[in-house]
Amino acid sequence: MFWRLVRGALFRQKGKMLMVAFTVALGASLATAMLNVMLDVGDKVNQELKAYGANINVIPKEASLLDDLYGVEEDRDASAKYLPESELGNIKTIFWAFNIVDFTPYFDLNVKLGGSADEADAADVKLVGTWFAHHMDLPTGETLDTGMANMKNWWTVEGEWIDDSDTEGVMVGSEAARRAGIGLGDRVTVTLPPHSKQFEVKGIFTSGSDEDSQIYAALPAVQALAGKEGLVKRVEVSALTTPDNELSRRAAQNPKSLSTKEWETWYCTAYVSAICYQIDEAIEGSVSKPIRQVAESEGAILEKTQLLMLLITILSLAGSALGISNLVTAGVMERSKELGLLKAIGGGSLPISMLVLTEIVLTGIIGGACGYFIGLGFAQIIGHSVFGGAINIKPMVIPLVAVLVFLVTVLGSIPAIRLILRLRPTEVLHGR
Amino acid sequence: MDLLEIKGISKIYGEVKALLDVDLNVKQGEWLAVMGPSGSGKTTLMNIIGCMDKPTSGSVILDGTDIAGESARSLTAIRRDKIGLIFQQFHLINYLTALENVMVAQYYHSMPDEKEALDALGRVGLAGRAKHLPSQLSGGEQQRVCIARALINYPTLILADEPTGNLDEANEQIVIDILGKLHEEGSTIVVVTHDAEVAEVAERTVVLEHGRIARIIQNEGHADRKEKP
Repeated sequence: MFWRLVRGALFRQKGKMLMVAFTVALGASLATAMLNVMLDVGDKVNQELKAYGANINVIPKEASLLDDLYGVEEDRDASAKYLPESELGNIKTIFWAFNIVDFTPYFDLNVKLGGSADEADAADVKLVGTWFAHHMDLPTGETLDTGMANMKNWWTVEGEWIDDSDTEGVMVGSEAARRAGIGLGDRVTVTLPPHSKQFEVKGIFTSGSDEDSQIYAALPAVQALAGKEGLVKRVEVSALTTPDNELSRRAAQNPKSLSTKEWETWYCTAYVSAICYQIDEAIEGSVSKPIRQVAESEGAILEKTQLLMLLITILSLAGSALGISNLVTAGVMERSKELGLLKAIGGGSLPISMLVLTEIVLTGIIGGACGYFIGLGFAQIIGHSVFGGAINIKPMVIPLVAVLVFLVTVLGSIPAIRLILRLRPTEVLHGR
Repeated sequence: MDLLEIKGISKIYGEVKALLDVDLNVKQGEWLAVMGPSGSGKTTLMNIIGCMDKPTSGSVILDGTDIAGESARSLTAIRRDKIGLIFQQFHLINYLTALENVMVAQYYHSMPDEKEALDALGRVGLAGRAKHLPSQLSGGEQQRVCIARALINYPTLILADEPTGNLDEANEQIVIDILGKLHEEGSTIVVVTHDAEVAEVAERTVVLEHGRIARIIQNEGHADRKEKP
């Protein structure tokens, strides 16, 4: 009988119930879209921010100690300390390997640059050996293409990016080129006593930073000039990270201060400090440090974006609850004679409230299910229009939306339920 | 033996005195009519007897229980178990069939039983209209569904508020006949009406005026009616 009453109310009040379902669908669709975007926006914003540089710097442990203790310049006192190039692939074997977007090693030298090979005109300049578009076969069997072309993709390059196998070409920073009067296609002599080597200028780049005063060459060429084949001085890593919190800050200071459970939580979350820790484990003798400005800016942008999404979700659900409240209350007022009759023939307030609540929750489930699928569409529209790509659908949004729809439906029904509880059969049946 | 014993009840709404010091006894199996002009307190009395309202003062003992002091929840239970209500406006649920409208009362009382509900409709001559919606029934038929709903749980007391108020003469007679039959079967019936013809068929008529009992009439018409074949 209960279900006959529910079915009868649902089917014979189609218009009103459709309006309730529509209101729930609207709220659920926005909640679905926002929650999916919110949960995926971390990766999306991170991907966007990765375009603006690395967020982790890996250096040899000894160099880090000297830097930490004495604040000495790395390239003067720590130049004798190196990381083995052969171990760099290990970076992609850590627990958060999929969060490592790009990395590239550097070997820099202070050299003399003579544009016309005239020693008197030679100027001090930093020559940096690096990967430009390096192909790696990882220990895991996977392959990776990484290097400057990915990590510094905002550089404006006149000419071309050089190839990793090209040990005769260089890319010159625009400032260095201006000072030395170097143009595309020129040959320049780089001297690191007692060695010197001629390079062809394949590209002139503008980065807008100190890099404009430097010269970039393929890593093997610079290693050979320094006589340090197979070694690098530092590595820049671009990783997708989770914004820092109190746990990650404590861990960054001293991971040993964490309890076993805290440590597991921290280690299994993509905090920049956890990724640094895992890189240190993967490359012997290395110390990884977050580049704080980048890591914290990412965190701040991410938190604000997620907060905005959360606020939109809350507002849309609050709007739905208000809409449901109005519709259901109006429905109960319209049905006051019917509900009053049920009370008159012996129906208690609770069973009658449950009857009305069941009708609304069933309508809410239908509306919520429709809203979920519409929300997935909204999420993709947002993904393509804002981030230029699809939003990954998160299965955890389903239970979240289900709980939210239930809560919104029940909360929205409270005024109607109060009306039912106060309803007196004499008042509605005799029109008093 | 008195099924209903009303002792000195008053009902006051602000400055309006709907009932004033009313005493009334209804015997088990009696058919009582309550008459009076508009505003005389008929409906208020019916609401109090029907456990839908409480008196401001006085006591109402129904089947041994003083309902004047009961909580709203207890009154609901008493209404469900002991009272069958018949309304002038029928108050059928428009999206349920005649049969389902009868079964609703079973549902809140105990357990819906389709066969029993069908029998109840048969008693009011509507077995053939069981699957019809109220909108597909005439006024008289709707009132008979309402009576079937009131009977279904075998109430101790049947309360009818203007049961023929919305009916034509033919249907009025059908309803009176059904009530008469119920009375013969031993049901206690209280009918609130302003129709003298309806009141006449009851055993006694209580006439209310300005919230007080003006007079009580023993009806000869009832005896005459009983004598008819």
